[in-house]
Parts: sequence; C-alpha cells; structure tokens
Amino acid sequence: MNVTKRTLGVAVAAALATGVSTAAMARDTLQIAGSSTVLPFASIVAEEFGNTYANFNTPVVGSGGSGGGLRQFCQGVGENTIDIANASRPIRSGEVASCNENGVNEILEVMFGYDGIVFASRIDRGEFELTPEHVFKAAAAKLPQDGQLVDNPYTRWSEIDASLPDQEIVLVIPASNHGTREVFEEKVIHPGCESVAEIEDDACNNLRGDGRIVEIAGDYTETLARLDAQADAVGVFGLSFYDQNRDRLQVATVDGVTPSLETIGSGEYPVSRPLFFYVKGEHLDVIPGLAEYTEFFLNEMTSGYGSPLEDAGLIPMSDEERSEAIEQFQARTVVTPAE
Amino acid sequence: MSMTIEQRRQHRLSTIEKSLARRHSKEKRFRFMGLAAIVTGMTLVAILFASILMRGVPAFWQATFTLEVYMDPEVIQLDARPVRQSGESQADFETRLQSWQTQVGLVNWQSLLDSALEHALGEEVESRQLRDLRALIASNERFALRDRFLADPNLLGQRVETKLLADANVDVWLKGNIDRNLPDARQQLSPQTRAWADRLYAEGVIQNAFSTSLFLNSDSRSSAASAGLAGAFMGSLFMMLIVILLSVPLGVASAIYLEEFAPKNRITDLIEININNLAAVPSIVFGLLGASIFIGYLGLPISAPLVGGLVLTLMTLPTIIIATRASLRSIPPSVRQAALGIGASRVQTVFHHVLPLALPGILTGSILGVAQALGETAPLLLIGMNAFVANVPGTPLDQSTALPVQIYLWQGNELRNFFEARTSAAIIVLLALMLSLNALAIWLRKKFETRW
Repeated sequence: MNVTKRTLGVAVAAALATGVSTAAMARDTLQIAGSSTVLPFASIVAEEFGNTYANFNTPVVGSGGSGGGLRQFCQGVGENTIDIANASRPIRSGEVASCNENGVNEILEVMFGYDGIVFASRIDRGEFELTPEHVFKAAAAKLPQDGQLVDNPYTRWSEIDASLPDQEIVLVIPASNHGTREVFEEKVIHPGCESVAEIEDDACNNLRGDGRIVEIAGDYTETLARLDAQADAVGVFGLSFYDQNRDRLQVATVDGVTPSLETIGSGEYPVSRPLFFYVKGEHLDVIPGLAEYTEFFLNEMTSGYGSPLEDAGLIPMSDEERSEAIEQFQARTVVTPAE
Repeated sequence: MSMTIEQRRQHRLSTIEKSLARRHSKEKRFRFMGLAAIVTGMTLVAILFASILMRGVPAFWQATFTLEVYMDPEVIQLDARPVRQSGESQADFETRLQSWQTQVGLVNWQSLLDSALEHALGEEVESRQLRDLRALIASNERFALRDRFLADPNLLGQRVETKLLADANVDVWLKGNIDRNLPDARQQLSPQTRAWADRLYAEGVIQNAFSTSLFLNSDSRSSAASAGLAGAFMGSLFMMLIVILLSVPLGVASAIYLEEFAPKNRITDLIEININNLAAVPSIVFGLLGASIFIGYLGLPISAPLVGGLVLTLMTLPTIIIATRASLRSIPPSVRQAALGIGASRVQTVFHHVLPLALPGILTGSILGVAQALGETAPLLLIGMNAFVANVPGTPLDQSTALPVQIYLWQGNELRNFFEARTSAAIIVLLALMLSLNALAIWLRKKFETRW
C-alpha cells in the first residue's frame, strides 16, 4: 500500500517536472495567430507546408482578429510567444511601440495578396447597386438637412435612393476588433462622407446607434446567421466567404462594379485591402521552419495565380509586388515606429 | 353562541368537505404543471436531438471514389529508399531518409490521380478541363497516395485499387445539400464537374461510403472533405487524462481532510466558503488565469493539452471536493463510532470503513466533473487551443484542439453547405462520449451502492 502510494506520488511529480522542463526545450512547430480573414489562407499554406516538407511540422494557426494577433505577437520574445501575426491591416505605430517595449524589435512585414470586401444580402431579397454615399447615408448617426445636422432620418433603402430596394435598413458590419472594419471605414464610409460635404471629418466615423447597424465581433458565419434572422439585412463579407456561399447570398455592386477576382485585382472595385503577416525576426534562427514558411507562402505556386490560395479566394499580388515582398523579407527590413 | 356537539361536528365536516374540492383541484393543478414541465423539457430535448441527428448522421457517410491508380514509374522517378549502411551514424541516415522523403513529396501525385480519373471516365480530358477534373477529388488525397507509397514502395508499377474522398463540394452536390436547380453562377462546381460527378455516381465509381476519415484524420482547411476529429479527440483525451490524474486524487484528498480531520474553526470555514465560491466561478475566468500563470509565468507552451488539462483541473477540483464531502457526510456516524469503538485509528476508520462506503458517490461526482470538463470550451479559447492544428498530437505538449473547440471551429468554417453537417456529426461524437461517461458513472454507482 505504502509503496504504491509513494510510486504514485513520484509519478505525478515526475509528470509535472517533465512538463515544465520539456517546455523549456526548443519548440519545433510554428505558432501563428491573428486575423480571421487571413486564417483560411494561412491554414491552407500551413497544411501544404507541412505536407511538402518532411522535416518540418505543420504550423499551428490561431485566430483572434488582427488586433488580438498583434497583441499576442507583441507580448515578447520566447518560445511561449507566437512567431507570426496575421493581419488584414498594416500594423499601427502604437502596436510597434508596444512590441519594442516588450523586446520585439525585429518586426518583419510581409504582404502576400489582396482581399475584397463585399456587401451581400439574402438571395430572396432585392438587388443592391450601392455607392459609398448610399452606405454612408444608411450608416451615419447624423446627416445634414436644411443646413444643420439632424439624426439620421432614413429607415428604408428606397428613401436614400429610388434605385435601391424598398427594404428596411439593417447593415451588419464587422466590429472594431476586425481589420475589415478599418477598411470598411476607409474605403466606404469616408468617401461617402466626403460626398456629403457638410460633415466634418470627425463626425464621419460616427455611426448610428438605433439598432440599424449591427456590429459582429465574431466571424462571417455570425454575419450570415444575422441575415438568416433579419431577412432584410445587408452584411459585410470577405469576397472568399461570399464566393463559398453563393447559393444563399447575392452580392451588391459598388459604384457599378461587381466584385470578383478580376475587378479587385485590377483595382476597379474600390473596396479591397492588402493582407499581411508579421514575422518575429528574433525567432528566425530559433524556431525551425520560420524562414522557409515565409518563403513558401510568398512562392508563386502557393499564393500566385492558379494556386490553392487563389482557389480559396485570395487575390494574388502582381509579379513586381511579389518580388518586392520577397526581397524585403530576405533583406530583413524591420518595421520602425515612425511608419 | 352555543352549539351542541353534534352541530359542531356537522360544522367541522362541512368545512372539510368545502375545502376538499379546493385541495383536490390544487393537487391536480400541481400535478398537471409538473407533467407539463416534464413534457416541455422532453420535447425541447427531443427537438434538439432530432435536429442534430438529422443534420449530423448523413455526414458519417461521405462521397468516396474507388479508383484504380496506376503507380506509373514514368511519373514516380525515385532512387531506392535509403538503407542504413554500416558505419553510418543515425543522424546521417535520418538526413538521407528525410531528403528521400522530400523527393517523394515532390513527385507529381496529382497527375496520377488525373490519369486514374480519365481512365474511370473513359475519355481524354483536355488540359483546359483539368481544373474541372481536379475539382472532383479532395485535394489532400494526393498526399494520401504519397503516404501509401511511402509505406510500401513496392507498389511502383502496379495498379492499386484506392479509396479516395470526393471533394467537399462534390459531396454537397451529390447529397443535394445545395439546390440542384440553381443557375451555374450560383453553383460551387462547374457544369462539367457536376455532370462528371453525376455520371460517376450513377456508374458506382463514387459511392456514399462510411467516412473513416472523420475519425482518422485531423482537421483540414485546404481540403475540407478530409477534415476529421482525430486531432481534437487526442487533445481531449490528453486533457481528460491530466484532469483525472490531478483533480481526482487532489480533490478526494482535500475533501477527506476537510470532512474528517480538519479542526472546525474559522480557517476551515473560510476554506469551505471559498471552495463553494470557486465552484460558481465562470469557466472563462479559469482560462484567463491559465493564460497568465501557466503560459505567461511558468512558460508552458500555448495551445498544449497540458495547459488545457491544468486549467480544467482547476475548474473541476471544487466540483469533486464538494461531491466527495457530500458523500462522506452521508455515511452515518455510527459507522465511524463503531470503528473507533473497536480500537481503529482515525485513519483506519476513514480508509477502511468510511471511504469504501462513500465510493459510489465519490466516483459519480468525479465522473460528472470530468464529463463537464470534457465539454468545456470557453477557457480553452483563451489558452490558444482554438487554433487550426493539422497534426494529431503525440504528447500533451504538442499543439492541439479539443472536441468542443473543434465544433466551434467547424461552425465558423466558410464552406457552410459542407460544414453544417460536419459540425453536427462532431456534436454527435461529443454527445456520445458524454453519455458513455455518464452511463459509466451510473453503472459504478449501482455496482458499489449500499443501502442502509
């Protein structure tokens, strides 16, 4: 009895001890986190990477939004911190500063392609031909009327413009933890705001709070679920998400352009943004496979035309952009706070 | 006022009779409400189960090709698999083996699949249709072919009958999970691919076969049809082992000490109150704690079942302590008095007499606590276990997900038509595990139960 008890105690202690000591050994699997827009792309690359190289493990890709990923990234240097942060927007100078504060000085920015942001509604509802002005008028908290700002009076799209369907205004947009939100504001709300000249810049980001704007902190499936519940709603999606659910969603044109790989690649469709990931330079010689993963990602075969990432909805970079991105990474160009 | 005894009796009787109807109807009402509550509850459970089963059960069967793949020596041009030579160090040999494996990986396995499909279709496929052709088979199946070859290089030059998963969209199309009448622009597959899929299905080349990949594969993003639960299952298994190894001995020991040995004073009361409070703490708080202490301070790896297990241990401990104390308390004091009376020490009393009698309660409490931990999701999201992990973890230190987290991840996958069913299938697997744990708890209780 005594012997078995002692053995058990020793076993538990040993298990705990090995747990702690092995953790101190070199981690051999890349750890990635960040933007949920980038997540599907990064996961595909991770899988292909693990399948192609027999000597590296398949990297682990987490989500958490661009902001969440970069916060984790900036927690410090070491094996219990992530190696790569995915982001659907460039890193902010405040984030660079917090990174530097925690000893993360070598932030390597890698751009790998573009993503389009589309407005989509349920297939059994009206078709939308939007302009940034329409969206702004639907979303703004205050609008000018007879020379002064009043609370947004619109409740139906047809009141904004007769060409729009006679449907209740409900706009489902990503919450501010998503990089997509920033693009939505920059590429849609701000241009729309400027076309309504009487509003000053600060008031542009002021969105209405009467329940017609629904902010989604989760992913696009949550946005889709909203559209199921509120049939009239118009949701903001990534192009790839819309593409995989074309049987239930219809996409709105913006300024008369239908979003597609071609129109976004050519820049004709206005609402698109570059996608990035950030590599922790300090980990390059410590965690095996980090440099190889980055170069594999940037390879034409992985993220160019006809690649699995294009199939998944990524808009590939041009050849010049690609070679520039590769060069920039190989030269280990560090992001500085001034940028 | 004066009443005869008889009058008083009459009066009492009439009061009772008057109230009797009221009391009976009260009882009826209560019975009815109880029954209604049960019926409502059961209906809701039935609806829940029915909807999950209806959606999930079809996902256990998956469109699968049976193709004859020719291991064409023209395509597979490789050196012989390296053999360890005498005098060669293990490291050198492994380097050579690895470079050979990389070489195997660079073989154009896809073209073997293409030719096998062409053969099955009995027609030459033009290169502009190659994309349509490749949309038929799940893209990861080329690696399955490679692994098959790696396991047995003698297959070179042979025609091998192979089971291959159809692409997720083909599965969706054949099962009718997408409206077949939608126009081309709204379909996921090209008209050519759909026609081929229908033809091969009619010819029996594609069959709806039981999906072993759901259990044997790990999660996959690049090839949705290959996504399986093996990684999440192993992750959950490791966590449960850690929870059982740590929380049951710790919980039972502290409960025995608190119940049988601890002096009754303020400190004991304080500890007791705190344990009860801990049991009520929302699980996500334990996740925050785990992230800052186990990962931030102790430097344990992120996304590892070890950390998940430790966090869930913290969460389960109070439940087990409370259950154990309750079942110790339910043992009549006469058992202790009798043991002490014939000269047993207190330790002997507890371990020889009280504990065996309390065992069914302790086991039930522990198993229910572990089952609750098995289904816990929130704290795991905070310690990085909601990541995409394509490997099956081999140790508790490897990155991994867990079953409930996998459900959450699949529910968020953008390919809704395929993953709605897949998610429900994962829920069925998780529910089956929970039910068997609960059944085990009931069986153990029945086996060890003593009646007073």
